[in-house]
Amino acid sequence: MITTIKNKGAKPIKYKSVKASNRISLILSYTALTILAIIWMYPILWIILNAFRTEYNSSNQLIGIVVSHYFPKAVGLDNFKYLFTQTLFPRWFLNTLFVSSITFVLSTMLTLSVAYVMSKLKFKLRKTFLNIAIILGLFPGFMSMIAIYYILKALNLTQTLFALILVYSAGAGLGFYVAKGFFDIIPNSLIESSRLDGATNSQIFTKIVLPLSKPIIIYTALLAFIGPWMDFIFARVILGETNTHLHTVAVGLYYMMYGEYIDSNVFTTFAAGCVVVAIPIVTLFLLMQKYYIEGVTAGAVKG
Amino acid sequence: MYKENNADKKNRFLSALHNFYNRITRGFKGFINRFKDSSTPTKISHIIMGYGNIARRQIIKGLLFFLIEVSFLLIMIFSPEINSTPIGGKAIINFFTLGTEEGNIFTPTDNSMLMLLFGILTFGIIAMFYAVYITNIKSSYKADLDIRKGGHASTFKEDIASLLDERFHVAMLTPAIIGIVIFTLLPTIFMIFIAFTNFDSLHPAGQVLFDWVGLKNFTDIFSGQGEISVRFLPVLGWTLLWAFFATFTNYIGGILLALLINKKGVKYKKFWRTIFIITIALPQFISLLTMRKLLSEYGPINSFLVNSGIINSPIEFLANANNAWVARFTIITINIWIGIPFTMLMTSGILMNIPKDLYEAAQLDGATKKQAFFHITVPYILFITTPYLITSFIGNITNFNVIYLLTGGAPTVSGYIAGETDLLVTWLYKLTIDQSDYNIGSVVGILTFIITATATLLTYRRSKSYREEDAFQ
Repeated sequence: MITTIKNKGAKPIKYKSVKASNRISLILSYTALTILAIIWMYPILWIILNAFRTEYNSSNQLIGIVVSHYFPKAVGLDNFKYLFTQTLFPRWFLNTLFVSSITFVLSTMLTLSVAYVMSKLKFKLRKTFLNIAIILGLFPGFMSMIAIYYILKALNLTQTLFALILVYSAGAGLGFYVAKGFFDIIPNSLIESSRLDGATNSQIFTKIVLPLSKPIIIYTALLAFIGPWMDFIFARVILGETNTHLHTVAVGLYYMMYGEYIDSNVFTTFAAGCVVVAIPIVTLFLLMQKYYIEGVTAGAVKG
Repeated sequence: MYKENNADKKNRFLSALHNFYNRITRGFKGFINRFKDSSTPTKISHIIMGYGNIARRQIIKGLLFFLIEVSFLLIMIFSPEINSTPIGGKAIINFFTLGTEEGNIFTPTDNSMLMLLFGILTFGIIAMFYAVYITNIKSSYKADLDIRKGGHASTFKEDIASLLDERFHVAMLTPAIIGIVIFTLLPTIFMIFIAFTNFDSLHPAGQVLFDWVGLKNFTDIFSGQGEISVRFLPVLGWTLLWAFFATFTNYIGGILLALLINKKGVKYKKFWRTIFIITIALPQFISLLTMRKLLSEYGPINSFLVNSGIINSPIEFLANANNAWVARFTIITINIWIGIPFTMLMTSGILMNIPKDLYEAAQLDGATKKQAFFHITVPYILFITTPYLITSFIGNITNFNVIYLLTGGAPTVSGYIAGETDLLVTWLYKLTIDQSDYNIGSVVGILTFIITATATLLTYRRSKSYREEDAFQ
């Protein structure tokens, strides 16, 4: 039976046919989503499967890249064992962890303080600073890498992890836009009334604004922490290609695959390395998803 | 709409000039008036920094100013050497000559590169000293005024307290500014100057002197010969094409995916979203190097296509030397895989924020779902994400990772460094890091800046978010 309801002046809605067409469009949606999910998961699953692939070739080495079959014929932890005992990977991992742990504290402090000042405090050179920041942001980031390299050398700092921390953190003051967008939304009346109550600017920032800013603190810290795990360029140039004991995971794994000696047998070891790096990063990311989305949306809306 | 005519433009130019003139004379007049009005200790502060402060028992502050003056003068006069290259007075001469000593087995060659760097550093030191000098006078003058008003010159404790209150911005910005000046501003200025020298692989620093060459590196673009002249336009063209397609495929695809996931009736939204978010969380060097392996000539995808009889011989997806468009098309496709989840995530957030009453009102007015979609959802998303579209376009012009990790610029063009898929930024990287042709690399960097700056000026400064940047205040 077809029931109709009368909506003020609106077309009568036919329930049954709507239901049927809804179902078709839902089925189509699920099909599309499933296909897309397979496309998106295919390379990721491939890397994971390869990390656990323990097929050996005739000379009893791990077989490396296999093109004939997607799913491994033998599964085990041999690649991880090789990765942790025969390569410098543990060292790279600790290097990266060390760099990113210090970088994320320093960068978060710098980014948030600049963002807050730009958003809520009025002073003479505010607009000038804003314009300079925009202009500097338009130069390709690593254009100045050579100069940075020699400045660090003059400070006797090249080829130390400390130099990398300095380079990552020093630029953080320029990446304040998203956080500024967040602080802009905090009502000024709140700040003015605290001022009337006799709070100083620093008290307002630390005792009133920061406790309200958990999402943006987490967003900024998350990106700053993940940065060193993803960066490839600065780590490579500043720490030098030959200092294998100073590599971060990104540089180390890149050279494992595309270094001077291209050895396709190490592919499964590379895959194992990727899995070890990806698990903590992806987990952290998924746990902090909510704040990430908030930050991204705020950034997009404010531009 | 109001359109600016030429007369307005001329007026605006004149008034800008007038403002500039005013600003300089105001600063100068302020300096003179302050000097005339100030007490004798402050007058002495004009020569011996910190004297006025010490006379007012602001001992620590005064000593700091005095120490800064002494060390500045010492540096300028004695020009201490780092890596046998002086900083200070001599560095200014070196900045103009870029070294004169060709060197032999007894004396090393002058290091032109360090001379340039330290020259810029010295100019920076002079600028900073000037700022401190003015601060020193103002500080002493403020003590004058405080005393004249019947108060007392502020104590060191009070100065510190003011850093936490009325001058809080100084305390908050100083660390960031130091970092930016040393690691961004100074290096950027250095690289800009390099573009006007012949610092290249034939003039390695510390072995062969290099010199100023004026605009030669830029005019070389039009010479018809050499790397930069032959490869510049093709690389620029591909960079813009890439930025355009990378931006719009991701933008449209991401919005469609977000609509699909957020469709009414689709269950397990969080599950679907998570699948795609994993791609964002995965470090790009992992996903891109994996893709490179998957698509390599003897990789699994080619093997599958050959074995199942779809193609006869493997396709070189990422390095087909006969047809660069194969690699280009592949890169843009892979970039869709990389980029769509990000737009999806952002659009999802926006979709949830569309005010529900808009739809209710539309429904009451008898709008169909389709109409509501095309007249509410689409315009709303477009309106909100326009700034993102701009930043994303600029981000893609300087997108290093995707190209470098996928193809490294391949297929190569024989005789030249820039390959068929090289962007301006990857070309810049190869020129400087791999080839040591710093001057050409620097020219490429400046041209990249000009392009991104033009794109920004055309759009960003006109956008609401910039003009009403302090609307929230």
